[in-house]
Amino acid sequence: MAESSLVQIKGIRDGLLVSLGEAAWPVAQRALLERIESQPEFFKGARLSLDVGAQALRAADLTALRDELSERGITLWAVVSTSPVTENTAQLLGLATRLFKPSPQRQSLSRASDRNVSPAKGLDDETALWVSKTLRSGTRIEYDGHVVVFGDVNPGAEIIAGGSVIVWGRLRGFVHAGARGNRQAVVCALDLSPTQLRVADEIAIPPRRSGKPQPEVVRLKDGLLQAEPWQPS
Amino acid sequence: MTGTVVTITSGKGGVGKTTAVANIAVALASEGQKVVCIDGDIGLRNLDVIMGLENRIVYDIVDVVEGRCRTRQAMIRDKRLPELFLIPAAQTRDKNAVSPSDMVRLCDELRGEVDWILIDSPAGIERGFRNAVAPADRVLIVTNPEMSAVRDADRVIGLLEAEEKPAPSLIINRLNPSMVRRGDMLSVDDVYDLLRIDVIGIVPEDENVIVASNRGTPLALDGKSKAGQAFRNIARRLNGEQVPFIDLESQSLWDRLARLAGRK
Ligand SMILES: Nc1ncnc2c1ncn2[C@@H]1O[C@H](COP(=O)(O)OP(=O)(O)OP(=O)(O)O)[C@@H](O)[C@H]1O
Ligand SMILES: [Mg+2]
Repeated sequence: MAESSLVQIKGIRDGLLVSLGEAAWPVAQRALLERIESQPEFFKGARLSLDVGAQALRAADLTALRDELSERGITLWAVVSTSPVTENTAQLLGLATRLFKPSPQRQSLSRASDRNVSPAKGLDDETALWVSKTLRSGTRIEYDGHVVVFGDVNPGAEIIAGGSVIVWGRLRGFVHAGARGNRQAVVCALDLSPTQLRVADEIAIPPRRSGKPQPEVVRLKDGLLQAEPWQPS
Repeated sequence: MTGTVVTITSGKGGVGKTTAVANIAVALASEGQKVVCIDGDIGLRNLDVIMGLENRIVYDIVDVVEGRCRTRQAMIRDKRLPELFLIPAAQTRDKNAVSPSDMVRLCDELRGEVDWILIDSPAGIERGFRNAVAPADRVLIVTNPEMSAVRDADRVIGLLEAEEKPAPSLIINRLNPSMVRRGDMLSVDDVYDLLRIDVIGIVPEDENVIVASNRGTPLALDGKSKAGQAFRNIARRLNGEQVPFIDLESQSLWDRLARLAGRK
């Protein structure tokens, strides 16, 4: 197979998007590195997103590639894949797993500040990502819909959701719900002591809590993030 | 023989990995087991210094991997314990001189020769860390009762889960019981509460550790210090023994007087 069909490159808002063909991983990886070596100046300092199709990659594969790239002055920041294995690996390594396509409003996750976006935009009310493990420091989960965690979210872990975030466990990391501007999104946890919370473009740094944890729900009220204890009705 | 490969790692630097490797190795070898330590911190070697073997280095791990010597030739025998060996790191090369598969090959060769292969991992989660964990049958994570160290330990545990390594065990090093009592230091429970992995050792803060390192005679060799005892207990637990944790909470006279006087 010709090298050019193995590696396709295009510029996106967040840097370069490289799509690798369906070749075996060592072949695909070598093709990418050869391509980079043929144009070192073009790639130097680039932020690279990688679309690996259905390849199932383990941590050893992705970390090895990330090292190779960083030795060439390239930052690997996202890995997109249809394989759940690869997606899981990328999340554990703290890499982004979704490329938010630029919408007409040019709204992005990191700058979800456009207030006049209709609340439900970008959110599919029906879909949720189910995560049944504790998210440890350095893990980053990004998802367009809701995220449900059956486990803890440790300090240093991040969840960025288009919809709401429910944690059946202790929430001590970072959560951004309604990341595309949905101000109806909520965050709830059995023990809510996050390092920072965001809903849409509002930010809250919760005070240190003492005493017995209780289930709480955080939502936007009158433009402010407010936590309320959950009450059986 | 089929030796067990135990990697000692941490994420955060300076928490006591090298100290732990030297002391656990000495403790295992004093019980008559054959042990080889591998210094995986290429470019920043110091296990040889703590073990007092620096002046005997002829070949190092990069020489082995690159075929300049046989593995046997790079194994320095300890002066005090004939069953203890060290394969030193190279001082002048960088971590890319060794790959994870080199480490797996080397350890597979050593497994037939010794009971224990202890690998001293460098700090961080980069190449050196992956070299160190690649061949591991068991991973021990060293942390201090300090938020930043615990956070990094958590990250490392997550990475090990991603690599589908066997569940690691935890060594909590430099615990200062009186600081814990005053609420100025995370307690064992606080650390466990976040990390939720098996605790294989709790080692107190002990200035004898530093003295011993400077002398090149690891504390576990002899001595009555609690830290030395704690390291010997870790060695016994690695061997499958059930050893109760030593009582670090027993109070000093001063603490007891203070409590009687109603100050605590
Ligand atoms: N239990 C202890 N009590 C007092 N001092 C200790 C204890 N454990 C380690 N130290 C001291 O802490 C320092 C760092 O220890 P050590 O070199 O073993 O850490 P390390 O994790 O190997 O560091 P690096 O990440 O740089 O390799 C040394 O000066 C050592 O003597
Ligand atoms: Mg060290």
